[in-house]
Amino acid sequence: MSDQASSQAPEAPAAEQRFQTLRAVLANRLAVVGLLVLAALVVAALFGPQLAPYGINAIEVEDRFQSPSLDHLFGTDELGRDVFSRVLVAARVSLQVGAIAVGISLVAGVTLGLVAGFYGGRIDDVVMRVMDMLFAFPAILLAIAILAVLGPGLTNAMIAIGIVYTPIFARICRASVLSVREEVFVRAARSIGASDFRLLRLHILPNVLAPIIVQTSLSLAFAILSEAALSFLGLGVQPPQPSWGRMLFDGRGFIEQAWWMGVFPGLAIFVTVLAFNIVGDAMRDALDPKQRSVIESRGQS
Amino acid sequence: MSAEVSSPAESVLSVRDLTVRFATRRGVATVVDDVSWEVAAGETLAIVGESGSGKSVSALAVMGLLPTPPARVQGQVWLEGSDLLQASPQERRRTRGRRLGMVFQDPMTSLNPFLTIGKQVSEGVEHHLGLHGSELRDRAVELLGLVGIPAPADRLDEHPHQFSGGMRQRVMIAIALACEPQVLIADEATTALDVTTQAQIIELLGRLQEDMGMAVVWITHDLGVVAGIADRVSVMYAGQVVEEAPVDALYADPRHPYTQGLLGALPVIGGHGRELATISGLPPDPLQMPPGCRFWPRCTRRLDARCEHEPPTMWEVGPGHRVRTFYDTAREGSR
Ligand SMILES: Nc1ncnc2c1ncn2[C@@H]1O[C@H](COP(=O)(O)OP(=O)(O)O)[C@@H](O)[C@H]1O
Ligand SMILES: [Mg+2]
Repeated sequence: MSDQASSQAPEAPAAEQRFQTLRAVLANRLAVVGLLVLAALVVAALFGPQLAPYGINAIEVEDRFQSPSLDHLFGTDELGRDVFSRVLVAARVSLQVGAIAVGISLVAGVTLGLVAGFYGGRIDDVVMRVMDMLFAFPAILLAIAILAVLGPGLTNAMIAIGIVYTPIFARICRASVLSVREEVFVRAARSIGASDFRLLRLHILPNVLAPIIVQTSLSLAFAILSEAALSFLGLGVQPPQPSWGRMLFDGRGFIEQAWWMGVFPGLAIFVTVLAFNIVGDAMRDALDPKQRSVIESRGQS
Repeated sequence: MSAEVSSPAESVLSVRDLTVRFATRRGVATVVDDVSWEVAAGETLAIVGESGSGKSVSALAVMGLLPTPPARVQGQVWLEGSDLLQASPQERRRTRGRRLGMVFQDPMTSLNPFLTIGKQVSEGVEHHLGLHGSELRDRAVELLGLVGIPAPADRLDEHPHQFSGGMRQRVMIAIALACEPQVLIADEATTALDVTTQAQIIELLGRLQEDMGMAVVWITHDLGVVAGIADRVSVMYAGQVVEEAPVDALYADPRHPYTQGLLGALPVIGGHGRELATISGLPPDPLQMPPGCRFWPRCTRRLDARCEHEPPTMWEVGPGHRVRTFYDTAREGSR
């Protein structure tokens, strides 16, 4: 009886639990590398323009198509611009698009998941059917369809990616809410007159956050990849602003003359996505097993 | 059913003809059927019965905590002259925690693991009485002290996992009593605790009841703890009240074969002298209630075909002592 009781409620409080999670993540070497990469990315995003050895649109036609060297670490492009500087500066837009798009998915998905799971019934049916429909489309096709309606551009790309990744948050959140709302402490909070809003904010939301945090990291990877894909297709970041996807697109035409034009932006995308995935997986593994089993059983319900 | 419009004068909470049905996949289950009871200020009513007899569901219906659907609640729940079942959801919410308090069975799961004890103890006071800041904190300390938690001020910022089961149940009591409700419903409040802790909690509640003058509805499947605390007892079987009596009368002179079985004092008819019987068999499926007396399939005193086919009604066998039988089974043999 008491076994069952303790497996239903996470025992450690939020702060302590997060600390334990952090410690377990740090015990995983690969995850530490992932975290370092993410830290470097954040530095690049914040200080890219200051750190860049050349201006991103400094055109030096004499220096075009230079292969990687100490002067130009990643070489130069067809206009003689320094590829390293452009990759560095583009980190900001990638992280920004990723963060804002995932922020949109997070807020929308968690809100919908909370409401659907908590109230159930018809609201739940309608919300989750819409989420299922969105989920059924391949992500990038859906984003393209949304951009076809909204028109291309950075802001619209963020909105489109945000919509595309909303259903996953809604699903994860709803599944957790379904089991948390049956907990005795929710009923106990109701028994002292807590309003629905209070129940959701104070008693349910904190208890469903763990799987959502893990999903946030994984979704950041997908969102950055989506932004690159959209920019590659000319639907996202518009030139002359550098973005990894756009540089990949531009480098495509010169793959034989100047492989570095496409390879380095591509690598930047690859490394970033990998780092977010590694950190997300490590967080999932690090959630203490008891809680993980709760999350997994919640996921199934 | 009842045509009266006012509640009995001295009772603070009066439940009449309470019926709760659940829509289930297999059909509609009536799990609480025409249950009536009342409790006065300062008084303790015990509701006893085996697990599954509808005690918790009836308590939750009184509190307004059953999800509807799948539950459907009928009857009347009078709290000082107003019928809660007719009140708006907002009015009901304002009575919860303010005028009606409830303590649940499992102290290990009834606290939110992510919130501090102080936050949880002050939650009701905050939204019902509008206290905040240091006033709120002082009240939380006072409440924890009231329920016997040592050094309460130091423990406000701790989380539930730092408290033992007994201490958590004290916290739950502090939460339920924070706004000094008129009625406290304790549903198996000591069942999960060891005997010593159980005795301490019972003693604590008795003392608080005396100080605050509240009515207590003590729900349990354990008749053993009832003798010491209750003024009156209501025995439930398969969703119905089958016997109600002042506590002394019930122990001295149980009239329903089920109550007798619960008390473990039923001499087996045709058995060997002093042999004691426990009740064999299981309670009926709420979807397939026996047409007659619901206890009939397990009863050792089926005296008449009526028992099988006709539902018995409650009748008075003594002062305040009512029983749902066709026969007075105090004495052996038929009547
Ligand atoms: N949500 C529900 N749906 C259907 N049946 C329920 C539900 N909740 C409780 N019941 C049924 O109601 C009956 C009474 O349950 P309960 O009041 O918890 O019993 P007790 O508290 O006396 O042990 C049981 O048969 C139980 O299966
Ligand atoms: Mg119960």
